[in-house]
Amino acid sequence: MAEKVSNKKIFLNPLSKDNPVIVQILGICSVLAVTAKLEPAIVMGLSVIAVLAFSNVIISLIRNTIPTNIRIIVQLVVVAGLVVIVSQLLQAYAYDVSKQLSVFIGLIITNCILMGRLEAFAMANRPWPSFLDGVGNGAGYAVILVIVGFFRELLGSGTLLGYQVVPQWCYDHGYVNNGLMILPPMALIVVACIIWVHRSINKDIE
Amino acid sequence: MENLNIFIRSIFVDNMIFAYFLGMCSFLAVSKNVKTAFGLGIAVMFMLVITLPINYLLETYVLRPGALAWLGPEYAAIDLSFLSLILFIAVIASMTQVVEMAVEKFSPSLYASLGIFLPLIAVNCAILGGSLFMQQRDFPGIWTAVCAGGGWGLGWLLAITAIAAIRERLAQYSNIPRPLQGVGITFIITALMGIAFMSFLGIKL
Repeated sequence: MAEKVSNKKIFLNPLSKDNPVIVQILGICSVLAVTAKLEPAIVMGLSVIAVLAFSNVIISLIRNTIPTNIRIIVQLVVVAGLVVIVSQLLQAYAYDVSKQLSVFIGLIITNCILMGRLEAFAMANRPWPSFLDGVGNGAGYAVILVIVGFFRELLGSGTLLGYQVVPQWCYDHGYVNNGLMILPPMALIVVACIIWVHRSINKDIE
Repeated sequence: MENLNIFIRSIFVDNMIFAYFLGMCSFLAVSKNVKTAFGLGIAVMFMLVITLPINYLLETYVLRPGALAWLGPEYAAIDLSFLSLILFIAVIASMTQVVEMAVEKFSPSLYASLGIFLPLIAVNCAILGGSLFMQQRDFPGIWTAVCAGGGWGLGWLLAITAIAAIRERLAQYSNIPRPLQGVGITFIITALMGIAFMSFLGIKL
């Protein structure tokens, strides 16, 4: 399978045509929970890229020695180990953000994107394509996260990355932040709009 | 009384799907018809009720800073909390294996219809999320863990059954723009129900 698909395709497909979030519908939980502000969304995206890329490589390296019966547990242990490293790093160097992300860093373990890619790709391919696949899918996930975070922070708080972008005179003339955007359900609606736009452009996706 | 309060709060206020959006992957994929959705809901609830108390005991007697004091005073300084993720997921994964074997034996039809999603319960965020919330909130006793697990499970069951019922009707009677069909509209329904569930905020017994 890997021999036919070029490395470039492996890397680029997940960004739009085969996007893990809006086409494969994986890893929705964290998209909704961490995107109220842009900054945690970016940190979360980077963490997932790192964990996904390295777990793909590790599983791909040991794929021939894992007994099929217990592969899920093996995959979980590899992923959990990497997530522990990421979570300790975040607590050491970005304590505020790690507080905001709270349990969601831990929940990267159960992010379906990871299990999906490990099962579908890393178990059957060599390390280098697996690495590209991991980075590509992680990036596809991060892109959606950043788009959702961008709109929710801009419309909900009038800021981006904590800086005020909606000028004061707008507020003076009666502009009000949309408090609904901060609430978790709005993330679903933003994602639904992205899916809507994306599917209108790419008509062949069901 | 305290536990009953936590049970009710876990069902409505802290609803796993409508308040935290955990376990969305299987939620979106399996909610096409009510019967399968109900089966998966039961399985998830069962898993939560089993794994939460086990993980609570692990947390209290092994992982928490100073938790190993019962082994002797020289162990009191050990802090194993960085191991919690790995231990929790190991408990969950092995319990999933047990549940999978049980379902296969007692209800082959449910086993066939759940298909790939049964092993995937292991990576259902709602279950690991339950354990992580338990760790974060410092539950006072094991019964609290049981009640919270039951409440979260019941809330999840409630949510997936309700959405499945709506989707069944929607597929028959409504005319949705083509790009929005399927996943898109499910997202919007879930969001609307989430907003509705917010009205439970602040409920106390």
